[in-house]
Amino acid sequence: MAAVETGRHHTSYRSELRLWHTRPQIVRMAVLAVVVAVLPFVLDNYWLSLANTALIATIGAIGLNILVGYTGQISLGQGGFLAVGAFTSAILTDRVGIPAPFSIIGAVVLTAAVGVIVGLPALRLKGLYLAIATLASQMVILFIVRRWGFLTEGQGFLDVSRLEVFGFRLDRANFEQQWYLILLVLAILAAFTATNLFRTGVGRSFMAVRDQDIAASAMGVNLTRAKLTAFAVSNGYVGLAGALMAHYTEILSWEKFTIDVSILYLAMIIVGGMGSIAGAVYGAVFMTILPVLVREAADVVGGAVPIIKNQLPAVEHGVFGLTIIVFLIFEPRGLNRIWERVKDWFGFWPFRY
Amino acid sequence: MPPGQPLLQVSDLTLKFGGVTALADVNMSVESGRIHAIIGPNGAGKSSLLNCISGLYKPTSGSVVLRYVADDVGRGRGSAAPAEGSPAPAEADSLDIRERALTSLPPNRVARLGVARSFQNIELFEHLTVLENMMLGRHIHMNQNVFTSMLWFGPARRQEIAHREIVEEVIDLLKLQAFRQKPVGTLAYGIQKRVELGRALALQPSLLLLDEPMAGMNAEEKEDMARYILDVHELAGVSIVLIEHDMNVVMDISNRVTVLDFGRVIGDGTPREVMDNPRVIEAYLGAGAAA
Repeated sequence: MAAVETGRHHTSYRSELRLWHTRPQIVRMAVLAVVVAVLPFVLDNYWLSLANTALIATIGAIGLNILVGYTGQISLGQGGFLAVGAFTSAILTDRVGIPAPFSIIGAVVLTAAVGVIVGLPALRLKGLYLAIATLASQMVILFIVRRWGFLTEGQGFLDVSRLEVFGFRLDRANFEQQWYLILLVLAILAAFTATNLFRTGVGRSFMAVRDQDIAASAMGVNLTRAKLTAFAVSNGYVGLAGALMAHYTEILSWEKFTIDVSILYLAMIIVGGMGSIAGAVYGAVFMTILPVLVREAADVVGGAVPIIKNQLPAVEHGVFGLTIIVFLIFEPRGLNRIWERVKDWFGFWPFRY
Repeated sequence: MPPGQPLLQVSDLTLKFGGVTALADVNMSVESGRIHAIIGPNGAGKSSLLNCISGLYKPTSGSVVLRYVADDVGRGRGSAAPAEGSPAPAEADSLDIRERALTSLPPNRVARLGVARSFQNIELFEHLTVLENMMLGRHIHMNQNVFTSMLWFGPARRQEIAHREIVEEVIDLLKLQAFRQKPVGTLAYGIQKRVELGRALALQPSLLLLDEPMAGMNAEEKEDMARYILDVHELAGVSIVLIEHDMNVVMDISNRVTVLDFGRVIGDGTPREVMDNPRVIEAYLGAGAAA
């Protein structure tokens, strides 16, 4: 069996519209499915917590990529939107007493609504100017989170009770494993729904707005509606990520939603691949693991070069920045493009192209 | 709409950019089922006129009125709501023909009334494939429900396949089969022009506005494009307003010609009449040649 296909021949539009066409693709996905299913049984709690963080980041990065990568509306407001989702869900669950699954849905809806309001400047502004406008929203939301005593009842932080799903309360011993399962299902759902969005008319109109907004409007795309829908849908995912973050980490404070977080998420989609759902997944996983790898590397070489160990936070920041620059210069289309090239290389082997 | 009926009426259209008058009291009437050419020297206001019709420019004064068959509009939207605003029933024919002023509408609403266009400088969605570009031509006929789209199975997939079938007809008509899955940014100029024609055609317009579809082409490519335009006109029965510089092409394919110079209409009639009009000859060849 060849590792890659030599060509694709479809006999119906329906079969052409499938996500996976060939046996090698299905085998690859099956292998991946087995790997992610086995992970909770092989990884220890530390690595599982990293996996869980990466899964939450995946959902958030998919959301951001819908807005930035697919619709071309640059947003620096990610941190603030995560905060909206996180605090909404935490307060709805613990103070209003709504079951967690419903308060998470409430958080998604409210974050989407906030996205529409924040998206209003996008009707007039483009590029850098829009980035500044969304940066303003980040600042405003963070200011509210810091100063509005109601949110944290004046403590400055907010404890969130252990997640309970329809009477089933997560237990201490298998906490990470159970969360892994929940997050995995939700991340897969997020990836699928987002993929579906971009093989139908709604997603195409988003991409049309990104590529040529004048032509898009001449083809009947309502720019106002398309942009605001993109903000709402994108923020729906981000709100979900924020809500999950609240229930998973069980403690919320404003430091988790600063501008650094917005930039981290932008870095995820740059490194992973703009305008690609798979890219958002790769980027989220990569950027979650990167600081850990840096720390591990620092432990190894720390004996020989003590400065690396002494200045670890600075080194982490340096590696973070360097990664973004390297990707922007050498592969602006990110890890997703690298993976595509690898597949092409095997597909064409032994020829070059 | 049956051929020969008034389709588009441009009346006393004036467009000013600050102190510059791009269009001055332009009158033009387009009949359905015809190929109507707009010609004129550079800067005569041809593209401005097209932009006023398709809603990209808001004219300073004057009106553009489109007549359309009510059933034709909003086909894909399912139920009713044929025309926004206050359409006035025009004729008590068996067809429900209505009138709508385009000058107050944004471009997407004009498109919904069945007016599609191509651009002078290709304005395709360059990262999307030929297929996706053409599917965007179907945008106004598609249901844009976010939730069914995310679900994919069911209505969203059915809709994709139904519109794909129409797009495939356009692809066959314009012989674009080989390029279906190619991102349009990677295609040759002539092919891109054809894709743009196809994207406009996929909208199933009643009026097609083509802004220099043959600009920058050699004689052979021009002939091909002229053939495609004639095919489109005959097979799809669409009325066409066309801006073109090449007089031979204009004489060959158009039924009627309007000549613009410095924003004013200086000639209007059949290609023959226009060719013999001394003002047109003067505008094109200079004052001495008219004598």
